[in-house]
Amino acid sequence: MAIKQAKSDKIFDICNKILVWFFIVVISYPLVYIISASISDPQYVNSGEMWLFPKGLTFEGFERVFQSSEIWLGYRNTIFYTLLGTFINLAVTLPMAYALSRSDLVGRKFIMLALVFTMFFEGGLIPTYLLVRDLGMINTVWAMVLPSAAAMWNIIVTMTFFKVSIPKGLEEAAEIDGASQIRTFFQIVIPLSAPIIAVMALFYGVGHWNQYFGALIYLQDRELYPLQLFLREILVQQQLTTELMQQSGSAEALSEHARIADIIKYAVMIVSAAPLLIVYPFLQRFFIKGVMIGSLKE
Amino acid sequence: MAEQTISSNLPNNKPKKKRFNWRKLKINWQLYLLLAPGLIYFLLFKYYPMYGLQIAFKDFRAVDGILGSEWIGFDHFIRFFNSYYFWDLIKNTLGINLYALALFPISIVVALALNELRDGKFKKTAQTITYAPHFISVVVFVGMIIAFLNPVTGIINNFIQWIGFEPISFMTEPGWFKSIFVWSNEWQNLGWGAIIYLAALAGVDPQLHEAAKVDGASRLQRIWHINLPSILPTIIILLILNMGNMMSIGFEKILLMQNELNLESSQVIQTYVYEAGLLHGQYSYSTAVGLFNSIINFGILIFFNRLARRTGTSLW
Repeated sequence: MAIKQAKSDKIFDICNKILVWFFIVVISYPLVYIISASISDPQYVNSGEMWLFPKGLTFEGFERVFQSSEIWLGYRNTIFYTLLGTFINLAVTLPMAYALSRSDLVGRKFIMLALVFTMFFEGGLIPTYLLVRDLGMINTVWAMVLPSAAAMWNIIVTMTFFKVSIPKGLEEAAEIDGASQIRTFFQIVIPLSAPIIAVMALFYGVGHWNQYFGALIYLQDRELYPLQLFLREILVQQQLTTELMQQSGSAEALSEHARIADIIKYAVMIVSAAPLLIVYPFLQRFFIKGVMIGSLKE
Repeated sequence: MAEQTISSNLPNNKPKKKRFNWRKLKINWQLYLLLAPGLIYFLLFKYYPMYGLQIAFKDFRAVDGILGSEWIGFDHFIRFFNSYYFWDLIKNTLGINLYALALFPISIVVALALNELRDGKFKKTAQTITYAPHFISVVVFVGMIIAFLNPVTGIINNFIQWIGFEPISFMTEPGWFKSIFVWSNEWQNLGWGAIIYLAALAGVDPQLHEAAKVDGASRLQRIWHINLPSILPTIIILLILNMGNMMSIGFEKILLMQNELNLESSQVIQTYVYEAGLLHGQYSYSTAVGLFNSIINFGILIFFNRLARRTGTSLW
């Protein structure tokens, strides 16, 4: 009996491993492909001859991308929005979550209810747009950071962390010793909260780095564009126009234009996605922790 | 009315008439100071737009402002319900979301499979790889989709031709839109979606497994009878949350994937709101369309939460 069981377990293990390998291959293939395509001659990429390893090694794509002043501009803006935006996120989220985590906050239940309600019902696109416009924030940095100054889900996660991880006795002791609540927050709670601050900085930071829609509706001035908007022009819009050119165009200039579009396309994907994809494995445990604390509440 | 439904179901919502505790409020003024920036944010950016929703029932003109514009009742809604694209929008919005919902079990399978791996190092590597696509921005991701599916130069069509078929113009063929959208979403999020189940699986009592082993249960049986039931509450909660976003998921990605040729199957309510409102300046009308969407959304959430309460797990 025991032997039979061990055998069926072994078969199970093998099947399970095959399943996991299937997921790994399906997920990593496109990623490996764009890396290889970004340093291959577009001629081989387009014909399908390059399908896994780089062929006709060239770095022209990266050279052109790094020479583009707009890419640099976008990068600079994105870094700025990410830093400023994340700072504002933390400045709003941490104190609010702390106050909400305290059971002695009068009206806590009502405030929570009113806040959670906004997760499921909202004014929506147009009223929010009109508000941002009326506030005079269109085409300013503020439109990029203030409308997304806090996310309720993240506040709940942070609140749960404060409730679970900060010993109540410590706060009480500090307050008996005469520390004000604000001082308790800054001198007792914050120093003990490094993990949740890291988690929140990462969650909000990734959001700012990758966001394009806010910029699309609130910014008109190219000088303010984040990287994602320039990428949208190159990857999503240009794509269709070059496609059309290929079909109708015969002039040499057009084919050269198409060749360049092809060669920078993959390089630009790498340039945008690489920072996060390289950094994330080292910070993986923080991201997972964030999701896990979120599940505690349920 | 919606708010009442929530509050009436919260536990201990009505304690015996307690006098409002002014003393406590006074002592705790500093907590309110900490709360203030957040409250101001939510009032300004979440509640004020709800107040702005009234323009759905008005003929909004910027010079008159939200309050000053003239009431016209349900005209915008009636116009929307009677428009020729109304049913197309409903069909696309629901179609895409129901399709996505049908793939819901994939993340569960991923979590169950990862959980069974005995080799810690392999498990960690597999996790790192499966989570990675989550960090790719929607713009880059749509760029990848467009590049891969290009009828002339894309790798997928190169493969299709290599095995001897005609290339398919995926992005401009309306029939393909929903599948491309939903399956690519799954590719990007199947690993990330598994994390929360893995967290729940980590909490399963090992004694249950020991006991089942003694009784001669196979691995598959133990997954089915122990692991799956223990993550069922998590599954239900996530399902309800997904239902609550039913009509609004993935709109930023859909917008990027749209082109004139696939519009008949890619136009959903939210992209329509964007187009009518922000591109064509029909603020009142598009607000009405958006409000209709929000109400349906909220209704679905409440309905499924009710349903789920019978199983003993619900949001409130």
